[in-house]
Amino acid sequence: MITELVILLFRLFILLTVQVVVLNNIQFSGFINPFLYIMFIMMLPVKLPKTFLLLIAFGTGLLVDVFSNSMGMHAAACLVMAYVRPSLLRILAPRDGYEAESVPSVKELGFTWFLIYAAALTFVHHMVLFYIEVFRFSEFFSTFLRVILSSLATLLVIMISQYLFGKPVNDK
Amino acid sequence: MRSLFLLLWRNNFTLLFLSLLSISFFFIIRNNNFQQVSVFNSTNKISATILEAVNYVKEYINLKENNASLARENAKLKSVLPDTWYEKGALRTVIMDSTRLQQYSYITARVINNSVNRRNNYLTLDRGSIQGVKKDMGVISSSGVVGIVKDVSDHYCTVMSVLHKNTRISTRFKNSNYFGSLVWDGTDSKEASLLEVAKHVKFSVGDTLITTVYSAIFPEGVMVGVVKGFDLKAGDNFYKINVKLSANFANLSHVYIVDNLLKNEQWVLEEQTKLKDDN
Repeated sequence: MITELVILLFRLFILLTVQVVVLNNIQFSGFINPFLYIMFIMMLPVKLPKTFLLLIAFGTGLLVDVFSNSMGMHAAACLVMAYVRPSLLRILAPRDGYEAESVPSVKELGFTWFLIYAAALTFVHHMVLFYIEVFRFSEFFSTFLRVILSSLATLLVIMISQYLFGKPVNDK
Repeated sequence: MRSLFLLLWRNNFTLLFLSLLSISFFFIIRNNNFQQVSVFNSTNKISATILEAVNYVKEYINLKENNASLARENAKLKSVLPDTWYEKGALRTVIMDSTRLQQYSYITARVINNSVNRRNNYLTLDRGSIQGVKKDMGVISSSGVVGIVKDVSDHYCTVMSVLHKNTRISTRFKNSNYFGSLVWDGTDSKEASLLEVAKHVKFSVGDTLITTVYSAIFPEGVMVGVVKGFDLKAGDNFYKINVKLSANFANLSHVYIVDNLLKNEQWVLEEQTKLKDDN
């Protein structure tokens, strides 16, 4: 239990640091901005109570907001993402359900499963984030393009980091 | 009432979601309206510190580009400055006096190349044979001895700085006539060593050291430095004196080339004497 918590906190710290120090300063052609940190919310344990899930997502979003000077935007996007997550997990559930200590990751649930899961959540998160950021629908299509491109970038970074640091938490 | 609470309790997930979402929207809207300093904003001291550090690194990464553009601008500005032009007339003062013979003549020069961090350091000055600079003339600055002219071209000369392995400058104490020779041990551009001062010589830390006329390169009494400390090994007959050099080699700009008009006479005479001795 304690080890899991330490691993979670460590992951949060690493992802936030990479996000704030490196990724927030990278802009490919002004359009694409990968948000790796949402992998933290993706990789929270499956059996985590939903209330905690929401609170953790909210807190994570706020932390990123504080460093990106975008008060509330990431918090809202993370919240929506966390709100969608339980339903998505139910839809994607394997035939005999999840294991008790299961953590969504490539290592535990396979490449295809995780790709679909991550793509859906990333898309939801970026959708909310970019439309809140623009805050009007007059630039609907250019914003949508940004959502798609950034989602692809985020997804790419997430899949790469799955293979780089994808140590599962399940072994004690 | 009871059923209302029950309903709320059953849907607590959605409810929590909606309330947190409204909090975040509250943040978004407030932030957009006021752009005020808020507790969570990046003016927050901690995040500001981190962002500042990130910015520092970013600035450093862009340093090369910035330097290039600044250098370009400098080059443009420099090309219109009066300094761009090479001064043809040497500022040499010759004073006519029938009772005294002028022994030293000074040529002003600008340092156009300099180094202090090698074992053998040279300076380049913007005066050459056209202005009358010759090999083995001394070079001094307003604060102290600088070096000895090594090679001369039409418009330039190179100077073997004090900070050179082969430079030895005959130096004496200002308050006594004891002398030694100044060499540089290659570590610090602000310090040199004075060797060959015999054990019986009395001096103290802080004593001023000046040049002698023995080599006929420098005039008497040009400041060399001050005694900083000394070392006398057991059984040794000579001090090794640490000298703090008075000339700041790292930022020399204007110097004087010393022309000893009687040098040749002294050297030829000394050579003759030596030759006779040998025979």
